[in-house]
Amino acid sequence: MKKEVDKMKKALSLLSIFGVAMFAAFVPESAHAADGGELTKLGLALGAGLGIGIAAGVAGLGQGRATAAALSGIARNPGASSKILTPMIIGLALIESLVIYALLIAFLLQGKI
Amino acid sequence: MDHFSWFTLMGLDKYDYILGSILVLIILALAGLKISKILSRDDSVLPDEKFSIRTIFEILTIDFLFDLFTNMLGSREKAKLYFPLLGGAFFFIMFANLLGILPGFLPPTGNFNVPVACGIVIFVMYNYYGFRENGISYLKHFAGPVIFLAPLMFVIELISHFVRPVSLSLRLFMNITGDHMVLGVFTNLVHYIIPAIFVGLGIFVSLLQAFIFTVLSAIYIALATAHDADIE
Repeated sequence: MKKEVDKMKKALSLLSIFGVAMFAAFVPESAHAADGGELTKLGLALGAGLGIGIAAGVAGLGQGRATAAALSGIARNPGASSKILTPMIIGLALIESLVIYALLIAFLLQGKI
Repeated sequence: MDHFSWFTLMGLDKYDYILGSILVLIILALAGLKISKILSRDDSVLPDEKFSIRTIFEILTIDFLFDLFTNMLGSREKAKLYFPLLGGAFFFIMFANLLGILPGFLPPTGNFNVPVACGIVIFVMYNYYGFRENGISYLKHFAGPVIFLAPLMFVIELISHFVRPVSLSLRLFMNITGDHMVLGVFTNLVHYIIPAIFVGLGIFVSLLQAFIFTVLSAIYIALATAHDADIE
């Protein structure tokens, strides 16, 4: 009984994915038929703004975790403060470089509006 | 945003970054000549009493950079061997970034070509050092841990190696350009006192980006010249 239920669940999920894919393949046609200029500008502006916003937000979380770990290390052992500081600065700069890649894409999108 | 620089007075506006790079190289060459003249005197072991150019370069080179490279590369002999390339990259990028803080100059690293050139030089040189140190078995670095995963690992390692100069140059270029743009926008908003904070941020970002470039280049050279017994 359980095997048949599992098989039916798998078949149902596959069918639903297929259905969504067919639906998604036909929706952009109607969107394209609308005003191409305005919709393109809306898409570009939303992409640029949301892209850099999400990148900066998630990078803030990541850098917060790195700084918190470094601060707790310094609090336990104040003498090792300078040895902890250098890898923390390197880690922060590497996380920030990912935001910079997103900023580059945001600039490229914003230039096309 | 129309940017004024001292080179527009001479009409050479388009070649701003080339002239900026030449200016940085002239400054570094003059400092190097002056310090070598001081060091060839007899009492050169004693440090200077006052704060001079020699003291700045000594602190940066001997205290800061040499210890950093000894930590990254593993031994003092290797640090001495690879010091000219890495130290030259550090000083050139630091002075090129700081040139943008002076009013009226555009930083040479703010143009797309200069950081890409630095990245390509580091890429070519660390591969050359890898071949020179390990011979043809440098290619074993690309094969991964187990031998029958070698075709898949080769593609992955090749992609990650080619991303390295792209990431080095993009990080440097976008940090300096974005910082300059932020300073410009805030100076347009509030004309008088607040932009001083962004000039301070600009100095910090300039020093930090030169440091990050040098540290990452040292790590790539250390990974490339590591002998097989040291990996894993």
